[in-house]
Amino acid sequence: MLSQIKDDKAKESGYIRLKAVRVQFTFAIPEDIMFQYKNSDFLTALYSLYEKTGYKKYKMSKFEEYSLYLDNKSFLSDGAIITFNDPDGKLLALKPDVTLSIAKNTSAGGKRSEKLYYTENVYRISDSSRQLKEIMQMGLEYIGEVDLYVLCEVIFLACMSLSEISESYTLDISHMGFVTGLLEGAGINEEKRRRILEAVSRKSSHEIEHICKKSGADAEYTEKIKSLCTLYGSFDTVLKKAKALVVNDKTADSLSELESIYNALSAFDNKFNLNLDFSVVNDMSYYNGIIFRGYIEGAASSVLSGGRYDNLMLRLGNNTGAIGFAINLDTVSMYAENDEEYDTDVLLLYSDSDSPAEVLSWVNSLVQSGTAVRAAKQNDGHIRCREVIEFEKRKNNG
Amino acid sequence: MDNYINIALPKGRLGENAYNLLEEAGYACPEIKNPGRKLIFENSETRVRYFWVKPSDVSIYVEKQAADVGIVGLDILLESKPDIYELLNLGIGKCRMAIASKKGAHFPLDKTLRVATKFPNIAKNYYANLGRDIDIIKLNGSIELAPILGLSDVIVDIVETGKTLYANNLEVVEDIVTISARFVANKSSFKFKTKEIQKMTEKLSLLCDAKGEVQ
Repeated sequence: MLSQIKDDKAKESGYIRLKAVRVQFTFAIPEDIMFQYKNSDFLTALYSLYEKTGYKKYKMSKFEEYSLYLDNKSFLSDGAIITFNDPDGKLLALKPDVTLSIAKNTSAGGKRSEKLYYTENVYRISDSSRQLKEIMQMGLEYIGEVDLYVLCEVIFLACMSLSEISESYTLDISHMGFVTGLLEGAGINEEKRRRILEAVSRKSSHEIEHICKKSGADAEYTEKIKSLCTLYGSFDTVLKKAKALVVNDKTADSLSELESIYNALSAFDNKFNLNLDFSVVNDMSYYNGIIFRGYIEGAASSVLSGGRYDNLMLRLGNNTGAIGFAINLDTVSMYAENDEEYDTDVLLLYSDSDSPAEVLSWVNSLVQSGTAVRAAKQNDGHIRCREVIEFEKRKNNG
Repeated sequence: MDNYINIALPKGRLGENAYNLLEEAGYACPEIKNPGRKLIFENSETRVRYFWVKPSDVSIYVEKQAADVGIVGLDILLESKPDIYELLNLGIGKCRMAIASKKGAHFPLDKTLRVATKFPNIAKNYYANLGRDIDIIKLNGSIELAPILGLSDVIVDIVETGKTLYANNLEVVEDIVTISARFVANKSSFKFKTKEIQKMTEKLSLLCDAKGEVQ
């Protein structure tokens, strides 16, 4: 029985196929997270995946000067910030976001690049319920010169991360350059562009028509902009249709970038569920290149979102590229069915007459063998376990 | 997850009209006409499942994926700004969001305007764009009473025919936006039930076009 359990565990953790690379690395999963995610195999797998692709764990303070968020207010799409004063009267914020801090503090730039990942709690005030919220976020950032390989790597890692959570996932990709290029081509002004982007994200083609009419875009462009909402589906089919929307160099370049990424990734044996969806949009003053959003079947909202944010780096005075994504672990945990059958593998029952040293050495050897064990004097009926071992009987039997 | 499409309908006349539209589009569920005590109505042939909810809750059901799709008025969408897809303007349930006050009333610009409404966010946004300082009084019904009793200067509310306003010596000062019902979908459902939802949208769209009800 015990060896069976052990084998299963070994199978699960044997997921990484990159056996050839034997880099010695250490990573510590914060205890509070381990506790919340008993079924945390996917977290371990993600940490290991990121480490093995050269990303380093980034740990940061929970506080940041409020001015950083004030200057980049619309980078945070929703939720107000929780602020407080430090002893010197400076206004601080409980971090509402990790990317901004990484982008601000990075030493990357010029030829130097940085690959980082993190698991942090971030804090917001919910727009709808006005409640203070603690959100657990995991993410990955690349900062430095972004080339085609980097784009492919980040999309690859996003897909691998999603597939680790659920086999039924989809990663929807869009390109800000393509969407804004089309709007520029139509001669729509900046303020209306924002409103159209917002309507595109809701796939609201009647609203787009309304705004286009007001801003005097011609019928041909209006139809093209409207099809940003309706074009949805697998990469190869939508890509062909999207070619009809190319109106200038910017749209052409963006589309060919998407095509190159897709070609590189479709060369893989394992299929990635990539969809093209131009209704994935984000603030154009921060995001410029590809942007993407990941969904898993059964979770009500997206679990992963990311994109290329060179524009943010530029705003922070660092003329370099950057791309990354974040996974909302709270959404994931809400989706993950709590089907833990057992609290522990083995319940080890001991009595006052047993020697503590002996019991402890049993516990230790069970733990070493990869078995979860809980030692207790009696089973009060609330401990669910695979097997009950009575220490005294077992010891005497050898 | 089963392969049914869950549809949230708003209780009331709009919901009934919306159901008729869906029935005509081929998503009938005869059971719904004799509800009894049942809350949920299924049709195993067309793979749809209907339920009635409070109109202002439709967007919540859809956003949280308790329903895959739903029918909801633009007023609710503007007020709560849910993160969902707004796939189609159904052109039914037409009315307008308007500002009304007592007939002939005048409000000096240097005074804070008292606004009574069921839609505080819509009112706030509208007046913020004008740069007008306002005091919002959130009410849950009988909005027309507010200016009559001096509770507020104006109201922001839905106006269908204007008869209630007229009968109470009130008048529309300005229209804010035209309202009609929208066919909405949960974003994640759209990814995993793409074909079914797209087909439903298309059928509804054809019907609406045929009726010429979409402006």
